[in-house]
Amino acid sequence: MSLGKAVLEGDRRALARALTLVENQHPDAEEIVRDIHGHTGHAIVVGITGAPGVGKSTLVDRLAGHFLAAGRTVGILAVDPSSPFTGGALLGDRIRMEGRGSGVFMRSIAARGQLGGLARSTPRAIQLLEAAGRDFILLETVGAGQSEVDVMGYADTTLVVVAPGLGDDVQAFKAGILEIGDIFVVNKADRPGADQTARELRQMLSLGPRRAWRPPVLSTTAQTGEGIGEIAEAILEHKASMERDPEVGVRHLHEAERFLRQAVAEQLADAAVARAKASGRWAPLVEEVAHRRKDPIWAAREIVSGEER
Amino acid sequence: MTESANATRPIRVLVGKPGLDGHDRGAKVVARALRDAGMEVIYTGLHQTPEEIVEAALQEDVDVVGLSILSGAHNTLVPRVIELLHAQGLDDVHVMVGGIIPEEDAEELRKLGVVAVFGPGTETEEIVRFTRSCAREA
Repeated sequence: MSLGKAVLEGDRRALARALTLVENQHPDAEEIVRDIHGHTGHAIVVGITGAPGVGKSTLVDRLAGHFLAAGRTVGILAVDPSSPFTGGALLGDRIRMEGRGSGVFMRSIAARGQLGGLARSTPRAIQLLEAAGRDFILLETVGAGQSEVDVMGYADTTLVVVAPGLGDDVQAFKAGILEIGDIFVVNKADRPGADQTARELRQMLSLGPRRAWRPPVLSTTAQTGEGIGEIAEAILEHKASMERDPEVGVRHLHEAERFLRQAVAEQLADAAVARAKASGRWAPLVEEVAHRRKDPIWAAREIVSGEER
Repeated sequence: MTESANATRPIRVLVGKPGLDGHDRGAKVVARALRDAGMEVIYTGLHQTPEEIVEAALQEDVDVVGLSILSGAHNTLVPRVIELLHAQGLDDVHVMVGGIIPEEDAEELRKLGVVAVFGPGTETEEIVRFTRSCAREA
């Protein structure tokens, strides 16, 4: 049986193996993705983002437990940064996870040099979990800067998690996250300052453009499980609201276009670089760029066109 | 495609602490050394059951499982992990053990299929070298 078919039948080992092949951009991954593609698109994908230390992992674990108790299956993708120097990564999101057996399938993913808080393989990893029959997919980002913006493209619902006492609140809220959050979570609500953080968030959100969906601000103490049920409800409400939204079709088209464009860019880039390396042009061009004898944009043109300039 | 496929195939290692002892300094030092050697290290934290470790190894599709045990319970914990790995069909996952393991016990563990037992004072370079040699083909 092909690996793709085994994934569709819920074989967890096959799923784990397929995730590895997709992550490694192994040639066999193409066939797997082709086999499963028709069986994707039905899961609810929830992106969880926010600064380091706000409690994303604990929140993800409690949400997983909540959905599991409701008889649903859960997949988790937790992305952590790779070292830009060695390529290695320390993936520690499992530390916060309680043993939930095989009802929750969790995969730790190293970003492998991809900026934006997610790994290049993320869209395909989501598809694999969907094909394996997971009802909810929780996608936890690296939690730094840009990541918030990327996660929005992959998730049906984006949770932005903040915590009180992490410096200047207004500063934390201005970096684009107000626009992308569908649900805002003030975690560690048992700490001093939590009410004020929630108040400020609501105030800033009320200044934004009026949309059909008004992002709620919910308070949780993930550690104890306080407020988790409300988040789960809000996720389902948001999903229902999106299905009523007439603009949702347009947004799906935009998303599909973005994915396709990205996939084209990646394939062209891989092919062009491989060609340049094979012809021996790559290393000298890198050197010329490093010594500022050539502009990287012009060097790229040479690689893409295959002609020397 | 082949280009990037060859360029990125980091070894994946799970570092786990089964059992009750709360000393994870050694495990963290090893995890850090393996990461600095370019590997992707999944650290599971303290107080894991053998069942949790094996389920994590399956989901994370690791090449190697490293168990850190300082409690003296290695003679029960390690055989259980190996038994569960086989039960899940994870026969190609290599198991290494680190901790305070008397030599006669280490010999028994090796007979069970443990590929290496590292005692106190082992150089991290040695562990890195050995872990590399355990990497899977594909």
